[in-house]
Amino acid sequence: MATLHDFIKISDYEWKIPTSFRSDMRVPVRFFATRQLLESALDDLSIQQAINVTTLPGLVGDVLVMPDMHQGYGFPIGGVAATRYPEGVISPGGIGYDINCGVRLLASSIEYEQAEPYLDKLATLLDHYCPSGVGTKGGWRLDDAELDQVCRLGSRWALKKGLASEQDVRRTEENGNLEGAEPSKISPRAKERGRSQLGTLGAGNHFLEVDVVEHVFDESAAQSMGLQEGCLVLQIHCGSRGFGHQICTDYVQNFQSAVHRYGIQLVDRELVCAPLNSPEGQAYLGAMRSAANYAFANRQLLAHQARKAFEEIFSTRIHNWHLHQVYDIAHNIGKIETHQVEGQSLKVCVHRKGATRAFGPGAPGLPEEYRLIGQPVLVPGSMGTSSWVLLGTQSSMERSFGSTCHGAGRVYSRSKAKREVRGEQLRLQLEQKGIHVRAGSMPGLAEEAPQAYKDVDMVVETVVGAGIARKVARLRPVTVVKG
Amino acid sequence: MFKNNRSGFYEIEHTADWALKVWAPSAGDLLVQAARGMYTLMGITLKPGEREWREVAISATDLESLLVIFLSELLYLLELDRLGFDQFEVDIKEMDLNAHLVGAPVLTQSKEIKAVTYHNLKITEKVDGLEVTIVFDV
Repeated sequence: MATLHDFIKISDYEWKIPTSFRSDMRVPVRFFATRQLLESALDDLSIQQAINVTTLPGLVGDVLVMPDMHQGYGFPIGGVAATRYPEGVISPGGIGYDINCGVRLLASSIEYEQAEPYLDKLATLLDHYCPSGVGTKGGWRLDDAELDQVCRLGSRWALKKGLASEQDVRRTEENGNLEGAEPSKISPRAKERGRSQLGTLGAGNHFLEVDVVEHVFDESAAQSMGLQEGCLVLQIHCGSRGFGHQICTDYVQNFQSAVHRYGIQLVDRELVCAPLNSPEGQAYLGAMRSAANYAFANRQLLAHQARKAFEEIFSTRIHNWHLHQVYDIAHNIGKIETHQVEGQSLKVCVHRKGATRAFGPGAPGLPEEYRLIGQPVLVPGSMGTSSWVLLGTQSSMERSFGSTCHGAGRVYSRSKAKREVRGEQLRLQLEQKGIHVRAGSMPGLAEEAPQAYKDVDMVVETVVGAGIARKVARLRPVTVVKG
Repeated sequence: MFKNNRSGFYEIEHTADWALKVWAPSAGDLLVQAARGMYTLMGITLKPGEREWREVAISATDLESLLVIFLSELLYLLELDRLGFDQFEVDIKEMDLNAHLVGAPVLTQSKEIKAVTYHNLKITEKVDGLEVTIVFDV
C-alpha cells in the first residue's frame, strides 16, 4: 500500500509515483491533487487501483488520476490511461459499464427572479417528461433497424427525427456521432435491453438539475457559450442505460479468455483487455462506440423532453424561454486521439473513466464558436452544491492527454451515507435552501447526499491550479430530479 | 462467517459501488447466497400470488466466471422480464451450471445494479466451505 512518502511532489497540485514503487509498473502514475485530496484518497483503494492500471501493456506516457478520484473497480474513478494505437490494448473496464455516461448543459435567458414562482411546477413537469428510476422504459420502442441507426448515428439520428437542432449536434463531443460504430458486434441481449430505454434517465447518481448561473469568471467565454449571470441553465447527467451495461458485461466476459490468447498477465481480472488491432479489440471498439452513440442520442431525447417542460411552464410567461445547448461531454469513454508524447505526435486510445475530455483552444473537432476559447468542460457538483463550467487548456493537451476532472468524487460509501442521512430529512433541507427536489427513492436520495462527496470547489481549484482547466462560471442548483 | 452460520452474506463498505461478502458450504450454495444478497442490496420484493420459473444453463472456465455470469443473468431477467427469484435449485458439475429458478414479478425495487464485476474476484476455500467478495457497479 502506498503512503504519502511514496509520492514525489511536482507542484502543489501534482504528484507522482515512479515505476520504482512496484516491480510490475510499466509507467509512473501522476495525480492531480492537493496534499489534502491525496491524503483523503489514501483512505480507499483508488491509488492502488491506479498503480494496477500501470501494469497494462502498450501504455503511453503516465497513467493519470484526477482530483475527484475515488475507488472504483479495476480502474479508479478519475483515471486516464492512453495506450499506443493500434498495438496497445483496450480495456472495457477502463471505460466502465455505463459507456458514455456524461453531462449535457443547456442555457437560457430566463432570469431566476422571474422563474422562481414556477420552479416547483417545473420540477414536476421535468419528472413527468423525463422517465427516471429503476427499471424505467421510455416512450420509444426501437426495432432492430432503428436501433442500428441510433448506434451508427447517435445525435444525428435525433436530428433526422426532428428531435435535435444543428446547434445541439455541433455542440456535442464528436458531434454526438462517434465514427466506427459496429452494431453487428453487439449481442442480441444488449439490443433487447437497448430497445426500450432510449429517452430515460435511469437511477443512481443520474439526474436532471436546473441551476442559476451564480457567478461568471470569464465574461467573454461565457458569452460565447450563452451563459448569463442570474439566468437558468439545465444539466442532464446520464449514459447508455442497460444497453451499455450489457455491452460492457459481455466484453468483460469475452476478454477473460482473450487475455490468455494474447499472453497478458493481469493483477485484477476487471482489467481484462485485448490489443486494439485484434479481432476482439476491434469488436469491442465497434460495440462501445455504438453504446456511446446511444448515450448521445439518449441525452438528446432527454433534452428534447426537458424543452417541452420549459415550454409548458415559461412560453406564456417569458418571451425568450428557449434552452440552447452549451455542450455535451462524455466522462466514461475510450477515444482514438492524437497527442504529443515526448515530442512525438502519437495516435493513442485514451481511456477516460470518470474523467472529462478537456481540449484546449485550436484543438481539432471543436465547433467554430469554441475554437478560440477551447472545449467547454462540465463539472457537476454533488446534490445541493455548486456545479462548474470550465474550459480545456493548452496545458491539459500537454500534460493530461486533454483531460480533466468530471465531478466532485465520493468520499462516503453508500451504506455510510444511508446510515448518516435520512432521505426525507435531506429533501426538506434542500427545500429549505430553495432547491425543489423530485426523487424516485428516499434511500437513493440519501446515498447521493452532499456530505457523501468531496467539495467540488476544492476539486475545481485543483484542476485550475494544475492548469488543466480554467474557470468560466459557477452554477447554483434550484431544482433537482433524481431517479 | 461459518460454523453455525453456515451460509450467508453481508454488505462491505465501498466508496462508490457496492460490495458483498458471501460464504457457503458449497459452490451451488455460494451462488444462491450471492443471488439473495444481490436482491437484498437492490431492495427487491416480489408480488404475492402467481409464481413464475426459469431454467438457466451456463458453462464457464472457472467458478468465478460462473458466479458472474449467473448473477448477470439474474440482472438481465430483472430488467427485461421484471422477475425476481427466491427459490433456487442449482446444480454445478465441473464448470457447467443448471439452475431451476422460481420467483415472481417484482413488487418493489429501491436501487439498481448496473453490473457484476470481476474486481479482485477470488473464491477462496475455507475450512467450512467457500467465501468470496463481489463488487457491483451501481
